[in-house]
Amino acid sequence: MNETYDLRIGESHIEVHKFRGGAIFVATAVALLLQASVPVYLSKFSVLDLPLLLTIYFGLSRRNPSTGLLLGMTIGLLQDSLSGPTVPLGLYGIAKTIIGYLASSIGARLDTEHPIARFALTMVFFCVHQAVILVTRRILLAQPDPLFTLRLVISAGVNAIIGVFLFMALDKLRKN
Amino acid sequence: MVAIPSRHKSLVLLAGVILLQVLLLAVQIKRDSQGRLIRVWTVGAVSPFQRAGASGIGGIRGIWNHYFALQNASRENERLRSENDTLKLQINQLQSRAAEADRLARLLNFRQAHQNVPMLGARVIGTSADTQSQTVYLDRGERDGIKRNMGVITPDGVVGKVIEAYSNTSQVLLLSDKDSGVGAMISESRIQSPVGGVGEPLLSMKYVPNDDEVNLGQHVVTSGMDRIFPRDLPVGTVSQIKAGNPFKQIRIRPSANLERLEEVIVLLSLQPLDLKKDAGTPAAEATPSGKDTATPPKAEKP
Repeated sequence: MNETYDLRIGESHIEVHKFRGGAIFVATAVALLLQASVPVYLSKFSVLDLPLLLTIYFGLSRRNPSTGLLLGMTIGLLQDSLSGPTVPLGLYGIAKTIIGYLASSIGARLDTEHPIARFALTMVFFCVHQAVILVTRRILLAQPDPLFTLRLVISAGVNAIIGVFLFMALDKLRKN
Repeated sequence: MVAIPSRHKSLVLLAGVILLQVLLLAVQIKRDSQGRLIRVWTVGAVSPFQRAGASGIGGIRGIWNHYFALQNASRENERLRSENDTLKLQINQLQSRAAEADRLARLLNFRQAHQNVPMLGARVIGTSADTQSQTVYLDRGERDGIKRNMGVITPDGVVGKVIEAYSNTSQVLLLSDKDSGVGAMISESRIQSPVGGVGEPLLSMKYVPNDDEVNLGQHVVTSGMDRIFPRDLPVGTVSQIKAGNPFKQIRIRPSANLERLEEVIVLLSLQPLDLKKDAGTPAAEATPSGKDTATPPKAEKP
């Protein structure tokens, strides 16, 4: 199987990365497990959205919108199903589907390997993700929430910082 | 059939997937269903790992709390021990002060009950370096009017007499010293006999004939015959009686705690006093000089 190949858009050459067998599945399962377990012991951990970070990372790396959105949908639905009856199935699913699509699309056009680019993209994607959830809640579930809060900004920053380091660690799962 | 351009395929897929999920949401809202089946599967798949994780974290917490965190426990233990020691010390000091206050209150009461008898409160500040002799030093001396042969008592009873008066201190020979003695009598039977020390905690009542009836627990008081102590001051209680030749061997447990003296009263008079009489009579009857208790009386040898 081809490990990496060039995606030619205009003059630029952007690498599309493949991962070790089962890496995406294991990483996703671990992220969901941690997201569902760690806040019990460490409440501050709930600021992090590990499934979202994985969606962004794999979207940016695979650079295939279809794969990205399907992966996002799967991760989102699993997160929904682990979030309890207060979160209907599809809430995170829709948000992460969109993020997966956007990350893959942007990843196919930009070099997203640099930490600063990753930091900025993660912040933006986090805000978009929250916005989608907010809109979904507001329109489909009639649950209005405030749009802009300090917590959103802090969470976006924290997720972006953690994301930079997490992405570096996940880079190790790539095939050479 | 309309062919979808390849670059739009993903957009169509996105729209389809989102639509699907919106429908899923709508179904849940409409039927008030929560997708229980999917949740059961997901939770069922995740829960064994969560259980294992919880068990592992519990174990790690246990190890942390029982081993690594013991360092803090040890520090806290040391701090608490130190605090406990300090509090114990404070309690001891407070108990000591309370006991001192009680003693001083008793002395004050005694003085108030015998206002017309010249007397002076003094504090025991030292004891003899000689282990054989039973003497103590007081913090009052000649400057305060203390002279040799003055009686020393506590509210409980007779202590001894002044054997040396210095300018600021004085030395008291305790009743328990083998050279000490006081004119005494048994309160109930009025049998008179001197009581002296033998160098032991218990005193000895000498010269009581075998024919005289003495019982255990009887009270011994001063007789006033020694012209140092007024009559009827408590000396002690009979604690041992043995037949002797020609006199009984009677041991007296002193009323005053001679082994733990801290504050005493010095009777500032060398003339016979009658405490009972003085308690309710004018000063002139008790003290020839008629002076205030703080004022030293005239020096008169008995």
